[in-house]
Order: sequence, then structure tokens, then C-alpha cells
Amino acid sequence: MTMLHIDDLHVRVAGKEILKGLSLAVNAGEVHAIMGPNGAGKSTLGNVLAGREGYEATRGSIVYNGKNLLELAPEERAAEGVFLAFQYPVEIPGVNNTYFLKAALNAQRKHRGEGELDSMQFLKLVRAKLGVLHISDELLHRAVNAGFSGGEKKRNEIFQMALLEPKLAILDETDSGLDIDALRMVADGVNAMRDPARAFVVITHYQRLLDYIVPDFVHVMVDGRIVESGDKSLALKLEEHGYAWIAERRVPDQIGAA
Amino acid sequence: MNDESVQRTEAAGDAVAEAINRRYSAGFVTDIESESLPPGLDEEVVRAISARKHEPEWMTEWRLAAYRHWLTMQNPHWAKLRIAPIDFQAISYFSRPKNRPKSLDEVDPKLLETYDRLGVPLHERARLAGVAVDAVFDSVSVGTTFRKELADAGVIFCSMSEAIREYPDLVRKYLGSVVPPGDNYFAALNSAVFSDGSFVFVPKGVRCPMELSTYFRINARDTGQFERTLLIAEEGASVSYLEGCTAPMRDENQLHAAVVELVALDDASIKYSTVQNWYPGDENGVGGIYNFVTKRGDCRGARSKISWTQVETGSAITWKYPSCVLRGDDSVGEFNSVALTHHRQQADTGTKMIHIGKNTKSKIVSKGISAGRGQNTYRGLVKVEKGAEGARNHTQCDSLLIGKKCGAHTFPYIEVKHPGAIVEHEATTSKISEDQLFYCLSRGIGEEDAVSMIVDGFCKQVFKELPMEFAVEAKKLLEVSLEGAVG
Repeated sequence: MTMLHIDDLHVRVAGKEILKGLSLAVNAGEVHAIMGPNGAGKSTLGNVLAGREGYEATRGSIVYNGKNLLELAPEERAAEGVFLAFQYPVEIPGVNNTYFLKAALNAQRKHRGEGELDSMQFLKLVRAKLGVLHISDELLHRAVNAGFSGGEKKRNEIFQMALLEPKLAILDETDSGLDIDALRMVADGVNAMRDPARAFVVITHYQRLLDYIVPDFVHVMVDGRIVESGDKSLALKLEEHGYAWIAERRVPDQIGAA
Repeated sequence: MNDESVQRTEAAGDAVAEAINRRYSAGFVTDIESESLPPGLDEEVVRAISARKHEPEWMTEWRLAAYRHWLTMQNPHWAKLRIAPIDFQAISYFSRPKNRPKSLDEVDPKLLETYDRLGVPLHERARLAGVAVDAVFDSVSVGTTFRKELADAGVIFCSMSEAIREYPDLVRKYLGSVVPPGDNYFAALNSAVFSDGSFVFVPKGVRCPMELSTYFRINARDTGQFERTLLIAEEGASVSYLEGCTAPMRDENQLHAAVVELVALDDASIKYSTVQNWYPGDENGVGGIYNFVTKRGDCRGARSKISWTQVETGSAITWKYPSCVLRGDDSVGEFNSVALTHHRQQADTGTKMIHIGKNTKSKIVSKGISAGRGQNTYRGLVKVEKGAEGARNHTQCDSLLIGKKCGAHTFPYIEVKHPGAIVEHEATTSKISEDQLFYCLSRGIGEEDAVSMIVDGFCKQVFKELPMEFAVEAKKLLEVSLEGAVG
């Protein structure tokens, strides 16, 4: 079964139609990259999948593991394994990062009927994940994203992803604002989590990230729709010719692998 | 604080509560008689109150002097509070609580539900709801055990009524020395008609071996509307006192005008914590309690320290300014507060720090949370007198607004008469942003849990000043009080 099937999705935000018939199919084990110029609606796609308020689907459907995703509340989607790594992670002062993550993990586990982890078990899990990602445990002691640099915030997103072990991970311009070293670290983290049961949707502006996170499929989004799909070589062509080149090509009928 | 210690604390709390409930030790029975006085206040009523408590002559005179002074005073008005005028002649000044529910079946089911949410043990609910509880006496009492331990340490902890009879010299020496009867309208009234309260005396060099709590004074609920508390720590002594309870306290007396006086001599320290959840009235604020309290600490000795920590979520109207008079050189005053207003509550609270001695320090952390149509006002005074060389103050006043219909107001007053004083004031106002909420939701955390978490993060600075059990209760209390705040 296809893990994620988006069919002819139209989405309105603040009265304006942003997604204008987007279709996409993602299977477990695959890494899909979504590229496109500013205003194409890339972040909107991420937000709609995560269930943010104010994003109204006017037409079309999103089926996730056989379920109608649009009917699930954001916290339910999270428990079902959907994870969005934010482009601009928000700060929550006073709320300890570790405490927050434990609350999140246990809320999800509870929803799935799995037992909750106590503090000891949780810390053990945390240390294991930190080791895999080569992240220092310093961020455990601070409040959620408070006082974090841009790179640290992105790293925290990847760390959360590692901890929560989602089935569908959507990375919303995770590379924006990162230097090469930070970029590598984020990419290493993602690659460490590649798994036949897991799918990634990597939304990015630049081809650069895709040198490190090599995608199976590349899609180009323009004006609220996916207009071209291909393999990783498509990303290189885009880099060479720019987005205008895409606009001149035909829009294929079937996108992605069904 | 990890899960294990929280569980242990809760279990310990339950065991203690159960033991207390099984027996009321003789030493804690108050002197409230069975008949009430008719409403109205005059000298005869004051004498009658004193007579019923078998007070010595000097105490009766003290009350009368206060009453006479009260007659010359004016009922104050506050700019930002909307209250109906209080008819002082319509109040009975000595009453046995009437109209008590005969059993839990007669208690408002919503109240019972709150007890459930707060995890109040079943055997506690009847007492808190005001059900007339038959005292069933058992042979072992926690109260007695603690009294022995305190007695061994030389600490006196008893009711005010008992102290007036058993320790008159101490009471005479200190009563009214921090809040004189003429201090304000309600203090004068309280001085004339106060019913009961706590008396604590910690002798030289003694660290009180346990946290004292009004919980152990079984009849705290029956002290009525005019509670009077006096707490003295002699040279080098220290004590931590807890007041209040998180379960909503019902009381048909609408006006509560208490007076609390703290005295700290050289090198002494007093920590006074309050978690109060007076019944706030219904969603329209009808039937709620007016909580007018004068609380003041006198750092009389050098290097003495007094800190007030409070979590207030109840009352229809709250008016209180726990204060510190920093008389002794190198003395320190602290005020940590979380005040929550929801529905139609109004709170006008804050503190006064008066710097008199040399090198005195004060620290104020005030966290106000407004939700629903709540109006939260912080009113603080930092006063540095002429001779207060080296005075330092730091004030942090943060407001959190939840929803679109609430309000937060801040009135900081700073009066500095010494040129070298350092006074710092920081204030922030914030909302729980949708971004923060969505971040939590997207990680699987439900909306109410997310709000609790964020509010708790906001209050953390104050919560960590509370004794542990209170901190746990306070957290739970906020969670329950914030229900329905988002949306």
C-alpha cells in the first residue's frame, strides 16, 4: 500500500488558494525531494500535512496508510507517525527540552496503546539517539529552542525526529540558514534514519542538501502544483538551468510512483 | 524533580492526610462556641467576642482600642476593582458556620468534580466541602506526634486563641508591632474582631524541624473571616510555614480580611508560602469570596530574611500586598507570586518593599496569568528611605494573556530617597502564541496539556520557591483552573 497518497489537493490559506491540484504518491522506504521557487506552496504542503489551523482543503484528498489524514487532529497525526521538521522552530521558554520530548513521546505512545516510558527509560533512549547523531547532550538541559542558534534549532528538530521515530518525516527547508558543517550534520542524522518502513519528504530550495541526502525522486512545485518529476538528476538540471526552464515544459499526467 | 520522588511525595501526602483525619487532638480544638452573635458591630459585640474566648483584660482593651479607631476610618476605594459596597452592620462577627451540607450528596457536583481532578483524597472531600464532620477520635494522631517534635525543639505552634491564654507575654510583645491596628481600615477591623489564626514562635538558634502548615490546625476552616496570624523567629532561628490548600474552599462568609505579621530578628529567616484557591464564584463571578489581606514581614534584625511565595487562583476579588520592611542592616526581602484570574475574577495584588537599613536587598518576581475575562493587576511599591545606603531591588513582572478578553495591568511605584540605590524593573507581556501551541500539537501533545506545559514554564521561577508538595499541588491547581481557557 502506498504510504501517502495526495490526490488533486486544493488548499486555501487566508482566503487565497495556494495549492491548486497537487498530487503526490510516496511509498515507505522512499526519499522524495520537493523543490520550487518562492511562493510555490512548498511550506503550505508541509503545514497541511501536519494539520495546522487556517489551512483549508477545498478539494482533493490525502490518504495516509489507508486513513483520511484531513480528518485527524494534529496530535493524532503525530501519533500516527507524521512528523514535520519546521523551517522556523518556535521557542518555548521555561519548558525544558527533555521534559517536552518525554511528554511528546509518551503522549504518542499512549495514543497508540503502547506503555509510557518512565524517566529512566526515556533518558536511556535519549542517550542512545544522541550517540547515533553525534549531538551533544547540552541541548537536553535547555528550554525548547530558547536561545538556540539557527543551526541548533534545526539539529533539535532532527533529534526530535530521531526520538519520535516517525513513519513519514517531512523536512520543511531544513537546510535554510545552515552552514556546510551544520548541513552535513543534519544530513547525517536523516541518513542514519533511512529505513524500509520510513519515508521522507524533503522540501528544499537548493540542490545542495541533496548532495548529502540523495533522493529517490525529485518533484518540482510551481504555483501550487507539481509540474515535473524525475530522479536525482532532475535536481542537478534545475541547478543548472533555473526554475524558468521548468515552466516551459509540459505537465505530466501521472506524478511519482503509484 | 523526577517521577519517583513525585510519587513518593503524593503517597506521603495521602498517608499524612489519612492519619490526620482519623483524630483531632485535644490541643487543637478551638474555642468557638455553639451560638452565633446577631449581625452588627458595636462595643458590646467586641466585648462579647473577647469574653467567649476567655481572653485576659489587656486583650479586650486592645480590641476595643482598635474598634474605636476603626470608627474614625474610611472604607478605601481602589481604582481598578468593581465591588459592591460592603455593609459591615450586616455581618455577624461571631458565627458558627450554618447551612452546612449534611453529606456529600448535598454538595455541588461541580465542586466534587474539581476535587476529583485535583486528586483530593476521598476522606478529605467532606471536610473541604464543609460537610459537618463528626469528630471520631482515635488513639494515634499525627497532630500529637508533630506537637511533641516541635515541643522538643522549643517551637511553639498553636492557635492564636491558645497563645493569648498560654503565652500572653510573647503575644503582647509582638502583636500589632508589624501591622498596627491603625494601619488600614481592614487591619483595624480585624484587630477588633479577629476570631483565630496561627501563632508560631521559634526560639534563638532553632531551625524548625519541619514545615509548619495550617493543615495541621484542623479547625483552620472555622476561623471565619477575620484570621489573625503572628509568626516570630528569634535570633538565628528559621522556619517555613505553609498556608492554604488547593481544593476550592467554600465559605458562606463573603469577606475575608486577615492580618498576618512576621517578625525576624538578627540572622533569622522566615519563609511563608501560600497556595490559595478560594471559591471564585460561578462563571459570572456571583457568590465568590472577597479576599482582603494585610500581610507584612518585619526584618527587624540584621541579616534577617523574609520571603513570601504565593500561588493564588481563587477569589472573586483579591486585594493583597505581602510586604517586607527591611529594617535590619543587610536584611533581605523576597516576593514570588503567581496570580491567575479566569472567568470574571479581579485581582489587585503585589508587594511593598521598604528599604530602611543599610545594604538591604529585595527581589520581586510576579507572574500574572489572565484568562477568560479575568483582570489581573500588579501593584508594587519599592521604597528606599533616606538612610538606606546600598539598597538594591530587582523586580520582574511578567504577564501572560490567554485568549482575547482578559487584561493585565501593571502599576509599579518606585520612591527612592537615597542617591546610591539600585532599583531595576523588568516587565514582559506575552500571549501563548498559536505557533507554540501548534508546535506542541505537531509533536503529539494535546492542547490542554500544551497550555499547562507552557504556563508551567512561565511560572517555573516561582514554583521552585515553593516547598515541594505545594509545588506539585500548585501545578495541578493551575491545570484545573485553566480548563477551557483556550478556545
